[in-house]
Amino acid sequence: MNPAATRLARLRARAGILQSIRGWFDDHGFTEVETPVRIAAPALEDHIDAEPAGDLYLRTSPELHMKRLLAEGMERIYSLGPCFRRGEYGARHHAEYTMLEWYRAGSNADGMLDDAQQLIRRVATEHRGEEPLMWNGCSIDVHAAWEHVTVADVFRRAAGWDPLASYDPDRFDLDLVNLVEPSLRTDIPVVLKDYPPEAAALASIRREPGRPPVAERWELYIGGMELANAYTELTDAAEQRRRFAACAAGRAARGKPVYPVDEAFLDALGAMPPCGGIALGVDRLVMLMTGAVDIGDVVAFRE
Amino acid sequence: MYSASDLRKGLKIELEGVPYDITEFQFVKPGKGQAMYKCRIRNLLTGGTQDRTFREVEKIGKPDLFDQELIFSYLHGDDFVFSDPETYEEVHIHKDVMGDRKWFIVEDMRVSILFHNGKAIDIQLPTFVEKKIVETEPGFRGDTATNVTKPAKLDNGYEINVPLFINVGDVVRVDTRTGDYSDRVSTGKKS
Repeated sequence: MNPAATRLARLRARAGILQSIRGWFDDHGFTEVETPVRIAAPALEDHIDAEPAGDLYLRTSPELHMKRLLAEGMERIYSLGPCFRRGEYGARHHAEYTMLEWYRAGSNADGMLDDAQQLIRRVATEHRGEEPLMWNGCSIDVHAAWEHVTVADVFRRAAGWDPLASYDPDRFDLDLVNLVEPSLRTDIPVVLKDYPPEAAALASIRREPGRPPVAERWELYIGGMELANAYTELTDAAEQRRRFAACAAGRAARGKPVYPVDEAFLDALGAMPPCGGIALGVDRLVMLMTGAVDIGDVVAFRE
Repeated sequence: MYSASDLRKGLKIELEGVPYDITEFQFVKPGKGQAMYKCRIRNLLTGGTQDRTFREVEKIGKPDLFDQELIFSYLHGDDFVFSDPETYEEVHIHKDVMGDRKWFIVEDMRVSILFHNGKAIDIQLPTFVEKKIVETEPGFRGDTATNVTKPAKLDNGYEINVPLFINVGDVVRVDTRTGDYSDRVSTGKKS
């Protein structure tokens, strides 16, 4: 196919994938929700920068508003739409990208994995039939059992240290991209789980006697590319406020903008039921399904 | 100084006093992690490459580099002497800096010299230079295959592999980047 035809074929595939995604959520009793794109208080995270929009910011995620809807009694919700992250630009990053995010009341990180497996297998079946995904030189079977590895095990094996025993954020990030990610299997999806509590952001912490505490968080890698991030969501408003404050202090120390704390979210958090939540990069899912290795090849236009 | 976010393919940077060229570049940012810039960098003094990942907060040196267009004038001992076509100012470059390029430089050739902190570190010649063959086994008339070669010598003693049909007196074009034969410009025979 010539490049112009390939481009149009990918855009058509993209539209089909969005339909497949909505189909899965329809079949599983989810309600699609739309939350504000311009927001006053983006979630405070160490390394996520929001794009200013007048007096407000473009959302970096629909997370805080979706959690308010859970607190109001919504049980299964999903959001499919644009999110914005300042300064992110590369073959796998676009400052304006399409995020799929969903929450399930009464569930947890493991429950979200069941959802993610079903959803991704359905999208793959509807777009690739029984064919494996062919992406970036990898042949990937999403229907085979997914590999589960813990952060502790994979870091010990690939980087020679255990971030759960002693956490060093800079070394963690560098070793993750240079040593750990390249060591992951690419023939089947890989679930990297049990993160250090310091890398939890909005996840709850699991404490078991005789073991270091871990964040109930997993990241999904397909073909070595990170595709989704899931949590057992933190429901403790006081703990959430402490984490936001620590993050705000860290951002201020690094000269990064500090966003206001979303008080409406913190007020609602006490009423939010235990739940699992997950965010998935739709552009990257389209890349995997169409074989495109640059995110710019699966969006209609890149400003 | 550059910020890590200034990095891109082709940018020249300086680390511990050594200038590098970024030959491959990738923006990476693991989920919830910091932005990082994975680079393959080429040492402009030695040509060696290595991988370096820069974190968002890092400051990276900006090298003092400039290019100057000069004309090769003459040899002076171990120095190649170039002159500025406008000012006639002379620049001496030691033969060690010239490396294999010394075989392909000819009088009045216009070259581009890269200076780092005022010191010449790289000389770019025109991609092709024409040289006369002074020694080779006799050619086989009609054998125009270029994949079978034989040794030959240029007028300055440089040894090169040429196709079988090349004869003494022929002028050939040599690729100055690789030192390889490219094609024949003219034959030495009067016709």
